Amino acid sequence: MSVIVAENISKKYIIDHQRKNGSSGLRDIVSDTVDKLFRKQAKNDFAEKEEFWALQDVNFSIDKGDRIGIVGHNGAGKSTLLKIMSRITEPTTGQIKIDGRIASLLEVGTGFHPELTGRENIFLNGAILGMSKGEIRESFDAIVDFAGVEKFLDTPVKRYSSGMYVRLGFAIAAHLNPEILIVDEVLAVGDTEFQKKCLGKMRDVSESGRTLLFVSHNLTAIQALCNKSFYFEKGRLIDQGDTTHIVTNYLSKVSHKSLEKHWDNIEAAPGNDQVRVKSFKLFPEYQDDLNHIDVRTPINFQFEFWNLVEGASLNLSMHLYTFTGECIFNVGTPAENFGKGLVSGTCEIPGNFLNDGSYVVSMMIVKDTSTVLYNMEEALVFDIEDYRENVTWYGKWPGYIRPQLNFSIRQSEHVVND
Amino acid sequence: MATQHSITIKAGGSEKDYWKELWLNKQLLWILSKRDLSVRYKQTLLGVAWSVLRPLMTMSVMVFVYSYVAKLKADPGIPYPLMVLGGLTIWTFFANTFTQISNSILINHNLVSKVYFPRLLMPLSSVAVGFVDFLITFGIYLVVTVIFQTPISWQIVFLPCFIFLTFITSMGFGLFFAVLNVRFRDIGQLIPFMVQVGMYVCPVAYPSSLVKGTWYEKYYNLNPLVGIIDGFRWCLLGSKSYFNPQSLYSTVITSSIILVISLIYFRKKENTFVDHI
Repeated sequence: MSVIVAENISKKYIIDHQRKNGSSGLRDIVSDTVDKLFRKQAKNDFAEKEEFWALQDVNFSIDKGDRIGIVGHNGAGKSTLLKIMSRITEPTTGQIKIDGRIASLLEVGTGFHPELTGRENIFLNGAILGMSKGEIRESFDAIVDFAGVEKFLDTPVKRYSSGMYVRLGFAIAAHLNPEILIVDEVLAVGDTEFQKKCLGKMRDVSESGRTLLFVSHNLTAIQALCNKSFYFEKGRLIDQGDTTHIVTNYLSKVSHKSLEKHWDNIEAAPGNDQVRVKSFKLFPEYQDDLNHIDVRTPINFQFEFWNLVEGASLNLSMHLYTFTGECIFNVGTPAENFGKGLVSGTCEIPGNFLNDGSYVVSMMIVKDTSTVLYNMEEALVFDIEDYRENVTWYGKWPGYIRPQLNFSIRQSEHVVND
Repeated sequence: MATQHSITIKAGGSEKDYWKELWLNKQLLWILSKRDLSVRYKQTLLGVAWSVLRPLMTMSVMVFVYSYVAKLKADPGIPYPLMVLGGLTIWTFFANTFTQISNSILINHNLVSKVYFPRLLMPLSSVAVGFVDFLITFGIYLVVTVIFQTPISWQIVFLPCFIFLTFITSMGFGLFFAVLNVRFRDIGQLIPFMVQVGMYVCPVAYPSSLVKGTWYEKYYNLNPLVGIIDGFRWCLLGSKSYFNPQSLYSTVITSSIILVISLIYFRKKENTFVDHI
């Protein structure tokens, strides 16, 4: 039986190119109107307003007890859909019918007031999320216990650490008891220990036969929690079905980010009068017939450049950065003397070494081991997806690297009770 | 965000069961009001004393300026300070609630963008602070009455009607500006100015008997606040205080029309607040 039926949902936003701050002031409206009165060409102003369809013609139906994962790039319309379903904004066209008590969790600690104490905020946030006073009182101890903030119940939440704040927010939400639960990317916050707790709670929810809609970039969590998935691209629902199928499909599309750059023409190639870059390529050794990189995949880099100075002493230096810009490592080749012509370098990052995430590579050509001739910054960008076997824990794996080391466990002494 | 068990989400305004839903959320209304009240004087030295000090200081200054310097007179038989404090009590109630209602959506923008509940709860809950301040000022008025040995007249039984009218009027104006405020931040600049000018336009520091018989009297009476302030004083000070019933009709008619228009406007726009905030 369908509990949610969406028909032709579209959502349009007007983007205003003229004004940078989005919301146009009264002054602009007045001056525009005056313009229109006195000048004929004011009609052109409309050209600067552009329609943007955050969602277009979305149709789906969700059965009772379905756990739906929603995947897609940033800006694909996932959050807009959740906002419409949570009734925070209305669709431009179409309608959604929802049967059942619905609660949505788009943020942890919605409406927390910094000046109020933890205790007061539990009642405030609970009421905002739709719990009655009685329900909150009933789950009060459980909430405090889950969040681990007993000692700070009568402290204003502005004095809380960010971790405590998030824990308290999630603890309240976790004790909601709706028939349909909508969750947006809230698991990205908090420490590993707490993420485990959250995912466990979400699993309870999904196993208790309630309907769940879950947006996350953590595909491992989606695979573990959801039986079906929706794939959004540019505001359209382009694929739906079994989660494994959708996730594989999604990964194969996202993983080809910028794995290759090359220039055929030496004049147009980046560089200077001493060196010019010909190509920089990445060759993953895909595993198991997959066509995306996961943590097991060895990755080969090949870099080729034209050396324009006879007898130059050159070496290469490669930096690998996380997407947020922290350098993970820097490796260099030994320096050698090269004649004019093409020079190439290769490097291999073994499988089971880097953690899942997005990475950025920079390549430097160095002269006499001291002068940087050319630095190709952010040359390649690639994603490594998660892969796990024989584990029941599916939160974000911590750390920048994820090496497989000789780490063993054995019983060193066996005590037998008599 | 508890809602009834079956809903249809579509373009074009809020649900048919809106008022029922509003009623079901009365607990949230209470909690939001309590929140506004309890954070009011957090981290202040004088705390609640501010609610007493402010009207007392305003009254003293106004008595000094208008009575001693400008030589304005109250209606015969009424002490000037009582007239000012009476007018000030109800005017401040209107001004505060009007300002708070106008800002209520913007102030709660973090809720608007993350969770659903009937949006009308925000302006409604923002009235609480103004109402508590009103009760405190009214208490001060009663004390001052004892000092001036002026008996309270029997007309005080009508007082709740005028308080209710003030509420209706501030809702009517406030809701309209609350919606505009979401779209145009200019409103935030305009409101303090309107409140400031309004105090001179309304009979707060002077009795409206001064307007009686002038050519502009009928325009003056169109201001719904005139009927409210005069009526409020009439309730407290009796028939010695000038009160033209015509201004009351104008209040009832103008305020109801404005409230209905504002409510329609608010409900039409409330589901897209988040797109403009």
